[in-house]
Amino acid sequence: MDTLIQQIVSGLATGGIYGSVALALVMIYQATEVVNYAQGEMAMFSTYLAWTLLNAGLPYWVAFFATLAIAFVGGLLLERILIRPVENAPVLTIVIVCIGLLVILNSVAGWVYSYIQKPFPSPFPSKPIQFGNIYFGAHDIGALGVTLVVLAGLYVFFRFTTLGLAMRAAAQNPVSSRLCGIRVGWMLAIGWGLAALVGAVAGMMVAPIVFLDPNMMAGILIYAFASATLGGFTSPGGAVLGGLIVGVVENLVGTYVSFIGTELKLTVALAMILIVLVVRPSGLFGRAAVHRV
Amino acid sequence: MAALLSVRNLEARYGDTRVLRGISFEVAEGGITTILGANGAGKTTTLRAVCGMVKTAGEITLAGKRIEGRATESVVRLGVAHVPEGRGTFVQLTVEENLRLGAYARHATGHLGSDMDRVCGYFPVLAERRRQVAGTLSGGEQQMLAVARALMLRPRLLLLDEPSLGLAPLVVREIFRIIRTINREERVSVLLVEQNASLALGLADHAYLMETGSVVMSGPSAELRQNDAIRRAYLGY
Repeated sequence: MDTLIQQIVSGLATGGIYGSVALALVMIYQATEVVNYAQGEMAMFSTYLAWTLLNAGLPYWVAFFATLAIAFVGGLLLERILIRPVENAPVLTIVIVCIGLLVILNSVAGWVYSYIQKPFPSPFPSKPIQFGNIYFGAHDIGALGVTLVVLAGLYVFFRFTTLGLAMRAAAQNPVSSRLCGIRVGWMLAIGWGLAALVGAVAGMMVAPIVFLDPNMMAGILIYAFASATLGGFTSPGGAVLGGLIVGVVENLVGTYVSFIGTELKLTVALAMILIVLVVRPSGLFGRAAVHRV
Repeated sequence: MAALLSVRNLEARYGDTRVLRGISFEVAEGGITTILGANGAGKTTTLRAVCGMVKTAGEITLAGKRIEGRATESVVRLGVAHVPEGRGTFVQLTVEENLRLGAYARHATGHLGSDMDRVCGYFPVLAERRRQVAGTLSGGEQQMLAVARALMLRPRLLLLDEPSLGLAPLVVREIFRIIRTINREERVSVLLVEQNASLALGLADHAYLMETGSVVMSGPSAELRQNDAIRRAYLGY
């Protein structure tokens, strides 16, 4: 029973990270109907920037927030410089641009920082936290907390601010949004900035677990795809919940199904993608896409 | 009366097809002008051209300022509210959020509440459905919401694209009555595009008739209503 609860909490912690990356994917998908394959590498690159800032001697939380700011501006600039010129191109063109960005970020990170794994510090104590006679990793609890705070912040931003409302409007109906005076192009850029910011949080929270290297987000991106598919690519809340479910299922299956163990965990994510696509393609909370023809 | 909107030799094309062949018209300050014409005459394109939604040649002057070639967003910021064909409702957002978006270009969030009350005064049904998702409204209610959203801008010029389309006659009459009230009470100038000629001529003080991209006739509404050709072709008696 204790193992079960421990595994669930640890699954929620990694699940929160999957959910964040999934949310970043969904935010961009809703606005542009394009999946940003470079989302994981953007997060990885941000984490390297955080590592550089930490190595320069900045306190953890200063480096953390500085990284968020850099990630936001970086995401915004990427949209303006790379995506804007192909905005009206076929979806496949934009997908290729994103994949190109993925390869470039990965190679540049490898070139600058080398492919050797680096330890990345956790801001939370290494001593486990004890509830009754169950022990939880402090980083697990902390990462889950940070993730939830970020998600709550985004919810408040999109739900209650005028800019958040304008961004939702621009994603839903660009033509009408322009008629309301909304600068739709900038809304997309800000969306990329926010997605990069959320990704950066996920990167910094997962790096202490998986170690920092240029390929660190590759597996996580697949989990994020599984999360977004499960929750529905049209539902931000669903993507987050999907992430938590994927994280917990992955952990429980790894613990209790002996032939899967840790080696086949990623397969579980891929199997979940397949099952969802066959059984319920719009995901748990997504809306089926209806196009008038 | 001075012209608020003045259009000279406006041309527009979609690909190789010329949709507007150099049309000229005016909307008087405080007046209601209508553009009549059959499907495909270029009425919608004319409204879209005023808002910078299609590439054009020619002159568009709003209150003495040339606005052709400007981005839609900046035309809107000059006080031009466009109620588009198909209403342009944000169907996944609530009625209240739709109205808030209407005021977006004004940056005057302080008056948001009073503006919403003022606008809902014209359309009481919207006040009842404030928290409802706009996609669940009936067609008539969505048309009211579209006009209400446009009014949230406190526009100088209101562009209406076929507000009667697909609505029951009673609802249409209600909406047209409200448009007249808005025009009188808020001094909003209106440019109305309609297929329903008898309704439009009843509302407008000045009318233009378009056929395949050109203005073929214009004058005070009362005069056009007496015109035999218009009566036969567009009024049906």
